[in-house]
Amino acid sequence: MVQLKIPVVQNILQANERLAAANRQRFDELGIFAINLMSSPGAGKTSLLEQTVDGLAGRLRMAVIEGDLQTSNDAERIQRKGVQAVQINTDGGCHLDGNMIQIALDALDLKDLDLLVIENVGNLVCPAEFNLGEHEKVTILSVTEGDDKPLKYPLMFQISSVLIVNKIDLLPYIDCDIQKIRDHARQLNPHQHIFEVSCRSGKGLESWLSWLEAKVAEKRKNKA
Amino acid sequence: MSIAQSLLEIVLEAGQQHQLKQVKTIRLQVGEMAAVVPESLTFCFNLISENTIAAGAELEIENIPVVARCSDCGTLFEVENLSFICPQCQAPALELVSGREMSLLNIEGETGDQNGSVEDTGGTEHPAGQ
Repeated sequence: MVQLKIPVVQNILQANERLAAANRQRFDELGIFAINLMSSPGAGKTSLLEQTVDGLAGRLRMAVIEGDLQTSNDAERIQRKGVQAVQINTDGGCHLDGNMIQIALDALDLKDLDLLVIENVGNLVCPAEFNLGEHEKVTILSVTEGDDKPLKYPLMFQISSVLIVNKIDLLPYIDCDIQKIRDHARQLNPHQHIFEVSCRSGKGLESWLSWLEAKVAEKRKNKA
Repeated sequence: MSIAQSLLEIVLEAGQQHQLKQVKTIRLQVGEMAAVVPESLTFCFNLISENTIAAGAELEIENIPVVARCSDCGTLFEVENLSFICPQCQAPALELVSGREMSLLNIEGETGDQNGSVEDTGGTEHPAGQ
């Protein structure tokens, strides 16, 4: 019996990183700006998407990849608005990965597209570890979840370049200190863009839409 | 679970390459900011490695502290209480030097050969950053 010690030295998620890089290259070649939208279940990912689709109608051409454990309800909600949407059912998997996105991209017409929004599975933990090839990670936190969430799920808030604080119309009824959310998030990522919005009333959404437009314009300029 | 699955694939591939009959130890580095709980990873790995050469292998997980570099003055500092502000000049530090690792370092196991020696396959060992 020979005892062997074998050095391997490999990032465990290397396979996913390779697929994410391939997706990223595809977006760059086509001049598409891609975001990975993440949050816990019920924070308002699909509501934000619906508002974004409505708000950007006639301004940007967009498509959506929807990730959910089960059902195609969310993709149908988006499709009803006349936007291309493809559903990925993870059948219990708690996050999307680079491979799922690669497959989903084949179901979309990517020609003449400005913006691709990938709605991840509702979860503040695992999606943070899996790059999909996106240009920016966007996290939504609703005020009803509590102001301690950034410190409880630090990786998610640290890697997200944008934080959308949703449901601010409910602030008068709950004990949530929005300044605490800002302070904790900035402590993790000092350069994070923070948008305070209410998808219900529409408050604050215009600055989020303008941010998207600016990013798309930047992407187009780099391609040209 | 999919992290355990990726780990098992890499371990089985390396094990087959070196004709291991049984993997005994798997050494990993996991950053303190990685979204991985060592106990869960071990639990999942034990489940999915049943009936493979890695069944019963021990996972030795080394925790890597979170270290950031100040984007202004270049100071390297260990991040405490998740505060990414430079202790020297109070500027925000954006570069994460370590803390997100999720790397396999080496595996140890037994081949079916009959002499009793211990071999090291060599190669320089160095931590794999991201």
